[in-house]
Amino acid sequence: MKVRDLAHSRTGDKGNTSNISVIAFDEKNYELLRKHLTPEAVKKHFDWVVRGDVVRYELPQLGALNFVMTRTLGGGVTRSLALDAHGKCLSSYLLEFTIPDVGQ
Amino acid sequence: MKKIRIGAGAGYSGDRIEPAVELAEKGRLNYLAFECLAERTIALAQQARMKDPKAGFDPLLEERMRAVLPACHRNGVTLITNMGAANPQSAAEKTREIAKSLGLAGLKIAYVTGDDVLEAVKASDLPILENGESIRTLDGKMISANAYLGVAPILEALKAGANVVITGRVADPALFLAPLIHEFGWSLEDWDKLGKGTLIGHLLECAGQITGGYFADPGFKNVDDLAHLGFPIAEVSEDGTAIITKVEGSGGKVVPATCKEQMLYEIHDPHTYYTPDVIADFSAVTMTEIAPDQVRVEGATGRARSATLKVSVGYRDGYIGEGQMSYAGPGCVARGKLALEIVEKRLALMGVKFSEIRADLIGVNAIHGRSTDVEHNEVRVRVAARTDSMKEAVRIGNEVETLYTNGPAGGGGATKSAKEVIAILSVLLPRESVKAAVSHVEV
Repeated sequence: MKVRDLAHSRTGDKGNTSNISVIAFDEKNYELLRKHLTPEAVKKHFDWVVRGDVVRYELPQLGALNFVMTRTLGGGVTRSLALDAHGKCLSSYLLEFTIPDVGQ
Repeated sequence: MKKIRIGAGAGYSGDRIEPAVELAEKGRLNYLAFECLAERTIALAQQARMKDPKAGFDPLLEERMRAVLPACHRNGVTLITNMGAANPQSAAEKTREIAKSLGLAGLKIAYVTGDDVLEAVKASDLPILENGESIRTLDGKMISANAYLGVAPILEALKAGANVVITGRVADPALFLAPLIHEFGWSLEDWDKLGKGTLIGHLLECAGQITGGYFADPGFKNVDDLAHLGFPIAEVSEDGTAIITKVEGSGGKVVPATCKEQMLYEIHDPHTYYTPDVIADFSAVTMTEIAPDQVRVEGATGRARSATLKVSVGYRDGYIGEGQMSYAGPGCVARGKLALEIVEKRLALMGVKFSEIRADLIGVNAIHGRSTDVEHNEVRVRVAARTDSMKEAVRIGNEVETLYTNGPAGGGGATKSAKEVIAILSVLLPRESVKAAVSHVEV
């Protein structure tokens, strides 16, 4: 199962820092997402682009997690050489994170 | 309980215009706010003003004002916007001229100045927030320095009876928070109320991003009629709770999921969202669907504002040269990879000077940085590099273009570009050293 089956996501950028929300479609899956989407696991998933740290903030009443990834945007939108200089497409990459099927 | 309806007429400077007209005509609004000033935009506007003292405000101001002023005037909707960019005074004068030509009378247009702190920053030795180095490292490269003003000057304008308020750099949520403070008489030290109003501003400031724009993912998140996307309205009560909605019959949708995505957009620690007016706390916010396209938002709080104001500094940061070329059909990935190898060798052979380079295959690894085993039917080579001069930047795209007659078979659709980079860094200034001023013109 992919995160995409359980949650939706949006990326924001500020300077060289990217933040990615992960929001459960059904709040009952929040704990499952929280269990697997640790800051360490997310940092590993994004090891090809994150040069800084990944910090996770939790909003259980919204069924939401917020990941803040520093030194990720090639210097930020105003100077990055990347095609997607904002890093807006990063949310779609987090949705491909694999969650082990329940019961396994 | 008294209720105020605020609409968001733009999420960025190039946004669609007719949804704002729809709001002004059918939104039963008290206020319509337009957030149109991205971080770098003001530096570009400052450059425009240096060339022409009458320029430097939002390039779409005239078209927007012509479209929305008649309905705002007819329906008693006060318009608040940061479309003044680097020249709020000229923006106000242009708006007066437009109102006159539309035959609108009795219009008071206020403009806010004082966010331009370039001279103070140039004369300082402040540390740059992003890298800790002195601002003096940007000597000779600085173009603009603008402090993020808070609600105070907008409040002053509203108190003086302005129908249109035009600012330069202010904190985006302040465009929405100021009218709430003005209408409800909230104290400027009622931190919880300012936190609630800041949340409303944050939710609305990207316009369509909360009404179903930037949300659709067919099969997972379906949104109807995005071609007619309605822009958002907040119906705010005196206690700071709000219902997020949109004009009935417009496209898109307002559900808790769209509101949650927008709440976390560009937010780091939800406990601590710095603005010039309050440190807002969104960590306990709840979203409840109370009717179709109506979501009740409550639970934001706040604590005392910081002693400093953030200043965005625009500076010249070298040049970027870029070139692209497509390959398609059998073997396209191999030909694309060969093309990249050739360009990199050519840049070295020709002694093109650059400090950083990216060589990507669009369709394979340009966005998510990886190769897959998927069969590709077409790819696009892209080479981009950072240089110290425009002359060197131009050579990057040229080397891609020469693949036409010198590179792999079947390359097509070459494009190239070279641009000066205007980048942004930040410093903090003591609040007292920034003096905002409000002036008026009338029709």
